[in-house]
Amino acid sequence: MVQTRTVEIAVGAFVAAGLGALFVLAMKVSNIGAFDVAEGYELVARFDNVGGLKVRAPVTVGGVRVGRVVAIDYDMDTYEAVVRMRIDRRYDRFPTDTSASILTAGLLGEQYVGLEPGGEERYLGDGDRIRYTQSALVLEKIIGQFLYSKAAEGGGK
Amino acid sequence: MSAWLQRLGRRGFGFFERLGRGHIFLLRTLAALPAVLVRPRLLIAQLHAVGVLTLLIIVVSGLFVGMVLGLQGYNTLVDFGAEESLGVVVALSLVRELGPVVAALLFAGRAGSALTAEIGLMKATEQLSGMEMMAVDPLERVVAPRFLAGFLAMPLLAAIFSVVGVYGGWFVGVGLLGVDDGAFWSQMQARVDLYDDVYNGVIKSLVFGLVAAWIAVFEGYDAVPTSEGVGRATTRTVVHTALAVLGLDFVLTALMFD
Repeated sequence: MVQTRTVEIAVGAFVAAGLGALFVLAMKVSNIGAFDVAEGYELVARFDNVGGLKVRAPVTVGGVRVGRVVAIDYDMDTYEAVVRMRIDRRYDRFPTDTSASILTAGLLGEQYVGLEPGGEERYLGDGDRIRYTQSALVLEKIIGQFLYSKAAEGGGK
Repeated sequence: MSAWLQRLGRRGFGFFERLGRGHIFLLRTLAALPAVLVRPRLLIAQLHAVGVLTLLIIVVSGLFVGMVLGLQGYNTLVDFGAEESLGVVVALSLVRELGPVVAALLFAGRAGSALTAEIGLMKATEQLSGMEMMAVDPLERVVAPRFLAGFLAMPLLAAIFSVVGVYGGWFVGVGLLGVDDGAFWSQMQARVDLYDDVYNGVIKSLVFGLVAAWIAVFEGYDAVPTSEGVGRATTRTVVHTALAVLGLDFVLTALMFD
């Protein structure tokens, strides 16, 4: 009888460990743990080009993560990309002339939105639009421009 | 020439015969599964044999595989200044491939061979026919609980393997080589997707569990009832499971991660 009991306890522990491992895989290893900013407000920014920006990309101010990109859309009327960001409620006093730019972490890293606070007295609220934006730098374009300007220099001489 | 052709034909027919017998056997085993629910104790005893007793080799192998991944990944990534991505490398390789595949190979070696030998020996010592004589269906009593236990234990073992491996990689990367702890986990969480990576890994291990358990019990049940026959059957279990798992892994990967 004791024998059966030890077997049962061992099997129970094994199943619990297995299910626990699945749980760890889901919560600790995969992206489900990175919950969206639950409490916060939304800001909208329009860019000519968002480059490789993705939904869930971080929004930072001075290198500190304050929110996430929640949606990226394309406006067929103005021909601009519309990026909606959810900002943590703790950071609720961005001046209305705050600017947003799409930056890259490192040379080949993932892209994120960087905010740069302005100097206005009034603050951005829920659903407000960030007026001053700078598009993503597309590496191919820059290299192309560089080559063209070099070629132009060479031709001038 | 004609003798050679005869041999080839016999081989070919033998192959298809075994293939057909294996599938009919699988269907009969599946049909016998409800009988296991009536006697859950048989299942628990088998879960102990194929799951709990396999745990040690799974944990130790997972730890070392993770540590090697951490070491090799670090050496490659540090050249590009991307050692923060170590967590991604370790977790993705384990969850997508190494966890299910290596756990299945270890399972075949540790548990599958034991299942085959046990059932094969039961057959050689005429315990199976003895059961039939007493109107006890050996499929319900012997095969089905072992099959179900293998099928259920496999995903759990693969998940444990992956988790232990991730912590092994973490120990080498963060603990010994000085990768930033926060970056290790946050990059991992940013890149490993719950559905694309974790769920598909679990589906893989379920398929591998089915195949490994099926081959093990079939080889035992189909073994030539002599000591040599049981030995051959045990070898076949390990070889066939390894081939089936690796082949299926390619097919599943092609289907899942397009």
